[in-house]
Amino acid sequence: MSSSPSEGTPNRRTKGGQDGSSSVSDPLRPADHIDSADAADDGITQPKLGFVGWLRWGWRQLTSMRVALILLLFLAIGAVPGSVFPQRSADPNGVLKYKTDNPDLFPILDKLSMFDVYSSPWFSAVYILLFISLIGCIIPRIKHHAKALRALPPRTPARLARLEDHRSVSRGTSAGSATADADAAASIDVAEKQLKALGYRVARYDRGRVWSVSAERGYWRETGNLIFHIALVGVLITVGVGGGFAYTGQRVVVEGKSYVNALIDYNSINRGRFVPDDAFVPYALTLDSFDVTYEALGAPGAGQAGNFKANLTVREPDGSKRKAAVEVNHPLSVGGDNVYLLGNGYAPSITVRNAQGVEVFSGPVEFLPQDNNMTSLGVLKLPDGMPEQLGLVGFLYPTPAKLKSGAFTSIRGDLNFPLLTLDVYQGDLGIDGGNPVSVYQLDTNDMTKLNGRGTDVKSIQLQPGETADLPDGLGTVTFENESPAGAKDFSKSVKRYVSLQIHHDDSVVWVLVFALLALAGLGLALFVPRRRMWVKATASDDSIHLEYAGLARGEDPTLAAAVDDLVRGHERLLDAAASRHPVKGA
Amino acid sequence: MPDLDSISRLTLWTAIAIYALAFIAYAFDLARRSSTVKAEERMLVMSDGTVSQAPVDGDVDAPVRKRFVMARIGTSLMVLGWLFHLAATLTRGFANGHVPWANLYEFAMTGTLLVVLVYLVMLTRIDLRYLGTFISGIVLVLLGAASAYFYVEVKPLADPLKSVWLVIHVFVASLSVGIFALAFALSVMQLLQSRRERRVAEGISNAGPGFLRTLPDTVRLENLAYRFAVVGFIFWTFTLIAGSIWAYFAWSRFWGFDVKETWTFIIWVLYAGYIHARATRGWRGTPSAWLSITGFAAVIFNFTIVNVYFKGLHAYSGLS
Repeated sequence: MSSSPSEGTPNRRTKGGQDGSSSVSDPLRPADHIDSADAADDGITQPKLGFVGWLRWGWRQLTSMRVALILLLFLAIGAVPGSVFPQRSADPNGVLKYKTDNPDLFPILDKLSMFDVYSSPWFSAVYILLFISLIGCIIPRIKHHAKALRALPPRTPARLARLEDHRSVSRGTSAGSATADADAAASIDVAEKQLKALGYRVARYDRGRVWSVSAERGYWRETGNLIFHIALVGVLITVGVGGGFAYTGQRVVVEGKSYVNALIDYNSINRGRFVPDDAFVPYALTLDSFDVTYEALGAPGAGQAGNFKANLTVREPDGSKRKAAVEVNHPLSVGGDNVYLLGNGYAPSITVRNAQGVEVFSGPVEFLPQDNNMTSLGVLKLPDGMPEQLGLVGFLYPTPAKLKSGAFTSIRGDLNFPLLTLDVYQGDLGIDGGNPVSVYQLDTNDMTKLNGRGTDVKSIQLQPGETADLPDGLGTVTFENESPAGAKDFSKSVKRYVSLQIHHDDSVVWVLVFALLALAGLGLALFVPRRRMWVKATASDDSIHLEYAGLARGEDPTLAAAVDDLVRGHERLLDAAASRHPVKGA
Repeated sequence: MPDLDSISRLTLWTAIAIYALAFIAYAFDLARRSSTVKAEERMLVMSDGTVSQAPVDGDVDAPVRKRFVMARIGTSLMVLGWLFHLAATLTRGFANGHVPWANLYEFAMTGTLLVVLVYLVMLTRIDLRYLGTFISGIVLVLLGAASAYFYVEVKPLADPLKSVWLVIHVFVASLSVGIFALAFALSVMQLLQSRRERRVAEGISNAGPGFLRTLPDTVRLENLAYRFAVVGFIFWTFTLIAGSIWAYFAWSRFWGFDVKETWTFIIWVLYAGYIHARATRGWRGTPSAWLSITGFAAVIFNFTIVNVYFKGLHAYSGLS
């Protein structure tokens, strides 16, 4: 490519690839990247594109910066409606409420997947295209960078002075061109060592009476960039694949009761498509007790509940037992699952006897909290043992107070003279049809109300340990007092239950690993400066002319300072060398 | 002796008052910069008798080295205000017995404390006093609103907040907000400056606010904005990851498109877009500056509207 090097003047050796912009060590970027060379846009007759041509054109578009950027913006905009409308995945009740409140708008919005934004076709299309674009962009870059990591820094440009960050210094030598030549060569030797010590990869390009070292550093910048983007793909894939092997189930456990980790023992479960029926490790959990504290009256945040703690006995599959606790922020790890404390409530123990005194039902009934002071609503369904099916709707007021309207409310969450009120419905519970019906709701369409508001008979009101007659002589109902023997107050009179969430997902660790890799890659990609440095020495009769230049590859705000440092360091080293080896003939 | 929280409130109002004075000083500074430039122009006209703007505009690269007395007063007041602000935040923390960023009021207090801190620390390295009006202004508005409308009494932490991640996740989130604020202010200045440079190039005599002449040129402003945004973006990425880890322990899943999660994600994507835009031909300059501004608008939206009006798991504003 160049003419004979011995011929001499540096100006003659400048053809081809020496301006440092098209070498293998450049990061490969999409054509519309700000650092890539302007594509020759001659705008003259172009050959007609065939099918493959169009495919190639489309691919190039998809992997361009511009399209990636637009897809990113679509992703941001597309995520917004999911925060405006309730989502089925996060807030199913909110969706039902929205449907009731906006019956006309709902079907249209639902067609547009506004209630399942993040699994909607259009949102998926955006992120899938984005990731295809990303993969299409990084694969060639990985190949290119792998080559660059093995390549030498490019040839020293002929005219370093054209670069923006350029310094030049002249150093005198004593006399004679041989000395100047030796000095020039030695000065580049020094610069080479200096740059190497600074972490640069170096290559020597000496021609005639011009000695130069070309250096490049910051390969980690592109490596980090690639790690970041690959790690993002890794996160997406592990989340997608991991979901297929994950399950999340809920289970309600009353104090003193147990459950076994098996599919049929869950109240509800979501499982990935690859989770078989027998995937569950058969450990058992018993809820020994549930702790909660309430801020005292008069204290800041009075009545606020906290320090929730479910004390459990764990029976491992091998039969060994241990004590454990589940708290908020501190799930229990057992059998490869994590057990979380999701909620809690009261489960008053109720006993119902029929007119003959035969026990029809006896046990704790889980009531759902309705407010912060644990006013709780529960339903007891009695399909058998009574002349007709009975349904009981109860309110539990842990610390009752009477409102002006005569209705009760609870003023604290803990148990101070708790009160249970019961309304009785008679008729068809609607549970014989085979349709799934919530145990927490009573369908009163085919039932007659026997007492409470709207009837002539008062609601049943019970304190723990009390028994009352059911209306119409149907029998009796007892609110059992669960206090331990010798209890002085009602604080333990009603059992509590916890709602546990059992979650299994082996992919989380990998998601975390990829996320941290992405973070590390981002740090490298944004903060490691990628730059080239050149030091060139030209010998003349009685002096050497030193030139220094730096070229940024990507964002590099400290380049000028780095060139200055290089000049200063080099001068110091040369001075030191000169004082050690006094110039011949001096 | 009044309780710690009352002391904190009083100190905070004092800080707000001082910030208000700083804001005024900085505003005067900007106004003066305009008039300084005008005086120089007049001198030019008088000395050679021709009206020429070129020499003044040629100076843009090396901003006029003036003492900017009002800016100095503004900065001194900012430091003083910040010390009161710091004292208010610390006493609130001691009154709480936990970190002072567990509800919206405290979060505003700590967040703005960090905004000012980042600004003041940066001042020791680069002259950013032309952003003083903006920084003191936004802190004034946010702190004032927080004190007046978001105040809640000291309360024990709710169970989900009892986690080491409250310390890490929320603090880093506030820190990135502080950094994004500076990037935003620089991007706004960049747009103003770019408009002025365009009008100067077109020969329009009234090119825009005069103080812009004492500011760095568009490219320098953009580079600065980019550097802040990049650092903010790294912290924001960390916020996202730390939040996911916390969510995994508290809510059993690391990601669930909760409202706050969604907005954190949107902000992340917007700034990722900004970083890409700066590297895309045809998007560098003004279009990317608009992305930076949009990103910060989303940050403020996330901080205010989402906290107060949107329903979600991050319901820790303490407001009912």
